[in-house]
Amino acid sequence: MEYPKDLKYMKSDEWIKVENGIGTIGISDYAQDSLSDVVYVEFIVDPDQKVAAGEGLATVESVKAAAEVNMPVSGTILEINSGLSDTPEVLNQSPYGDGWLVKVQLDDESELDALMDAEAYEAYCQGR
Amino acid sequence: MLKTIGVEKIEDLFDKLPEDFRFPDLKLPPQQTEMEIAADLDEISSSNGSTKELISFLGAGAYDHYTPAAVDNLLQRGEFYTAYTPYQPEISQGTLQAIFEYQSMIGQLTGMSVSNASHYDGATACAEAVIMAYHHFRGKRHKVLLSRALNPQYRQVVRTYMQGNPDLTITGDEQAVGIDADLKNFTALIDNDTAVVIVQYPDFFGRVINYKPLIEAAHAQGALVAVAVNPTALALLTPPGEIGADIVVGEGQPLGIPLSYGGPYLGFFAVNEELIRKISGRLVGQTTDVQGQLAYVLTLTAREQHIRREKATSNICSNQGLMMLASTIYLTLLGKQGFKQVANLCYQKAHYAASQINAITGYSQVFSETPFFHEFVIKAPVNTEHLLLDLRGYDILGGYDLSHDYPELKNCLLIAVTEKMPRENIDFLHDTLLEVTHD
Repeated sequence: MEYPKDLKYMKSDEWIKVENGIGTIGISDYAQDSLSDVVYVEFIVDPDQKVAAGEGLATVESVKAAAEVNMPVSGTILEINSGLSDTPEVLNQSPYGDGWLVKVQLDDESELDALMDAEAYEAYCQGR
Repeated sequence: MLKTIGVEKIEDLFDKLPEDFRFPDLKLPPQQTEMEIAADLDEISSSNGSTKELISFLGAGAYDHYTPAAVDNLLQRGEFYTAYTPYQPEISQGTLQAIFEYQSMIGQLTGMSVSNASHYDGATACAEAVIMAYHHFRGKRHKVLLSRALNPQYRQVVRTYMQGNPDLTITGDEQAVGIDADLKNFTALIDNDTAVVIVQYPDFFGRVINYKPLIEAAHAQGALVAVAVNPTALALLTPPGEIGADIVVGEGQPLGIPLSYGGPYLGFFAVNEELIRKISGRLVGQTTDVQGQLAYVLTLTAREQHIRREKATSNICSNQGLMMLASTIYLTLLGKQGFKQVANLCYQKAHYAASQINAITGYSQVFSETPFFHEFVIKAPVNTEHLLLDLRGYDILGGYDLSHDYPELKNCLLIAVTEKMPRENIDFLHDTLLEVTHD
């Protein structure tokens, strides 16, 4: 199981990586592994939409379950990885790379402080 | 147990009820044997009229077609005799194959790419179209337009289903909008807040209207269009899928399912491929097993509670299995040609009946300028409630009185004619109308 150091994590298994005020958001390796084969990704936000921390971004469906992907911080959607709708398996193959879900413009970078770092998230996952 | 819960006698458990209601005198008749009760029930049921001995021109959503005997016979095989798709579906290859074939036939009939495994009836399938459309737009479109020429029962069920959703306005079927075949007023109501527009084909009055302009107008506003169809009519008519419908729903009762007092019936539900992920229920696919043999699997069940749990957008996760099977057997037995023949007979006989009745002084066909399938509207020169009672005296069910649902169609009857109706009976209706009207 991978827990990249340069990311921040939510308890509901989303990760965010921030570069120059722009955050890229996806689901963790642990999340894709627990869901098993992802068969469908449905985005429930559109570009330019303002989304508050904790609100839903997308629904990821696997052969076992459907899970909501939530916004780790508040911000405005810049881009959605709409290609995933046709190739949902990428979420399993590359959860931290090509399997990213949305890019956002953060409202307030200090909100990141409320999220877990890799070490804390790894400990959290191992405790589940 | 009484001691454990701290009461003395069983009567104490009911002391919260008002005293009068606690042990009411049920006034039951004296005890009877099973034989006596069976005789009583037989007698009661013999006072029901049935289409076996009555000449029925009733339609309005349920139609008296001939069902080949093999349908019922196959239906009652123990292997099939359950209303449910088993919870371990792949173990029941026969059931899955039947669903697969049903879905394929509904697809062919409607001109749509995807059909689910069915709903309770046409009305609930129609309501499901509204639920799906609402979720398709993620709750961002708030208007549902129902044509006034959509079966009044369907409209009522849509409203019942959606009554807990204050975000949604269900409109378009007011008397002021009207029932004109050009749909001008109705089409004008479509805007960018409209989630779905629902029309019927042939409509409740039997009319065959070209919905292409309406569908184009709806799509221009980004709205979905659902068409509620009569499956028998689709044997002759251009299927809605070919003119751009997004959703096709309908009542499957005409496909080998008896009238039986209004149910159990069968709702079918088909969509274009774009909406495949949004539909409720299940889809069966054909594949090969590890030994390379033909096999059937549940390909998609995405909307069901066991996958989506609280995120499910529909309550439907099973199907109307037995009725679906009946329709599949019916269509298979008739085949393409036989089914077309049934539809053609309905069409021809209904047109004969319409022209016969139209020829009676005082009777006139309403909407006569619009093509119709096997149902048409006749305006009577007398009170239709009385007229229907008079006809009943001649063992004729003369049709559906439209006056209640449509005040603008006072003393109008909706008359349906299927392939079962012999020409003599149509002539008998004609002669009886002459007789009772002149009385």
